Amino acid sequence: MSTTEMTRSDLAAITLEEASAFIWHEAELLDRQDYKAWLPLFTPDGLYVIPIEREAEDRAGELNIAYDDAEMRAMRVKRLKSGFSISSAPSARTVRTTSRFVLEEAPDGGVLVRCAQMLVEYKFERTRVIGADVTYHLVRTGEGLRMARKEILLLNSDDPLWGIGYLF
Amino acid sequence: MDMPTDMPRAHEDYASLVQDDRVHTSLYKDPAIFDEEMERIFKNTWVWVAHASEVPGKNTFKKSFVGKQPVIVTRDKEEKIHVLLNRCRHRAATVCEKKAGKTSVFVCPYHGWSYNLDGKLRSVPHASVYGEGFDKDEFPLVSLRTEQYNGMIFATFRDDIEPLEDFLGSAKKWIDLFMKQGAGYPVKTLGEHQFRFPGNWKIQLENTTDAYHFPIVHKTFLDSLDAETGNVFDVLGRGGWVEDLGHGHSVMVMMPELVDLEENLEAPIPERFADLAEELRGEGYSDHEVRRIVRAVGGGGFNLNLFPNVACSMAFFRVLRPVSVDETEIRHIAIGMDGGPEAGNRMRMRLHEHFQGPMGFGSPDDAEGWERVQRGSAAGDDLWILVNRGQAPIIGHAAGDHVTDVSAETGMRAAYQEWKRMMSA
Repeated sequence: MSTTEMTRSDLAAITLEEASAFIWHEAELLDRQDYKAWLPLFTPDGLYVIPIEREAEDRAGELNIAYDDAEMRAMRVKRLKSGFSISSAPSARTVRTTSRFVLEEAPDGGVLVRCAQMLVEYKFERTRVIGADVTYHLVRTGEGLRMARKEILLLNSDDPLWGIGYLF
Repeated sequence: MDMPTDMPRAHEDYASLVQDDRVHTSLYKDPAIFDEEMERIFKNTWVWVAHASEVPGKNTFKKSFVGKQPVIVTRDKEEKIHVLLNRCRHRAATVCEKKAGKTSVFVCPYHGWSYNLDGKLRSVPHASVYGEGFDKDEFPLVSLRTEQYNGMIFATFRDDIEPLEDFLGSAKKWIDLFMKQGAGYPVKTLGEHQFRFPGNWKIQLENTTDAYHFPIVHKTFLDSLDAETGNVFDVLGRGGWVEDLGHGHSVMVMMPELVDLEENLEAPIPERFADLAEELRGEGYSDHEVRRIVRAVGGGGFNLNLFPNVACSMAFFRVLRPVSVDETEIRHIAIGMDGGPEAGNRMRMRLHEHFQGPMGFGSPDDAEGWERVQRGSAAGDDLWILVNRGQAPIIGHAAGDHVTDVSAETGMRAAYQEWKRMMSA
């Protein structure tokens, strides 16, 4: 692929079909806990954020459930797959579906995709359901779509949760 | 035939369930014991409800609990703190369902009775139907006795127990040391993680004074640290200790060099704080201020366990709330500098997120361990929980002749002796 073509493909608008295929692929990786394949789906300066506060102001200036840059994500994956974390060896099993996609152009390139996620987890004969509003900032790169940011606002983010040994 | 569990036990029965070196498994799983604990402990002592910064000015409030009873902590227009039962005096509806905020009045949503932040009943719609004998002064929101020490607000149902400062006793010194994390600024809360686990509240109470589990349960947290920081977190190997402070309180010192954050300011700044130090210097803080702030941001080196429901735990407040005999809610409240550099507070929040909360590198493994205790206690009705580790004081320790090894279960024994005293009083 020539540089000129690269640039053209960088600028091409991301379609709903592409975005939903990416998001479903990511969801399947997470349910399978193939976290090593998940890590490269972020841009190098991408952020993985699970907020507490309902109203977004400045997530970096608030306490979050997770506020991970690339280094924290890599350490988190290492921890979850190490076999030494009792909450993730094994973690709850999960099945998630993602839908209700709404696309808009992101001000600084790429698209913002707002969607609904329903996740069911199961461990110790206990089934729990967690809903979430998920916002992806997707950008096109030479390797395909990548997440510049994934923010998961859990339905009960500001109320008591429980020990969670997997990734949203 | 089994004894019905709702049969009241004799006081001496409770005493027999706690021995000097062990406690009976029924303390984790008998619903009748749990109900008695709510009466005899949580309605008879000082219970932590809030930090002063959570009601930051006139006409502010936050919801909390004393045992199982929902309360509202308020700061009224004269800046006086109150702890009020969250229950309308008319037909019991809660008058507040917002977590925290600012208001000058609580209006019951059911029939419109309204209350001032000091609890006074302000007005009653269509009051004339009650007749002339109706006196609003008879129906304020029930107000609990409330006192505070160094920003820690406690409430009690009892008007006749000792003042808060006497209850805290020798724990006060440790609260003062803990608050040095403000680096000279007032300490303020920066948000909180909340989670529940299916297990008894005393399992969590024990954990705050349990260094023994740290290298095992938190191996993956330790593996995520750089070598220098990992060395600081070698909690069993730094000459720490545990000390019974009376009234069920205890302190577990894991990092003796981080007891007093205003000492050793000349020590080299650890590598992981180098960027923060640089940023602070760039903002014009003096070298002394930079060192003081950086050291405070790193957090304290001890857990102060206050019976029955709060701990000043290294760098945050750890609050427990008993929900039922086998359900407990935990809050990990982050703290920082009120008016201090934002960069410092941001770093404290990132450090807090690293270990604490539902998806931290530490808390989920703690919660799993506690749940495993509750699940295991279903086996062996006649067995006991051992808290016999490290009973002999360390000879010649700099902290005194009475202190025990950092991994000793001294803090648990202290809490259970207080439990025994209150449950058999």
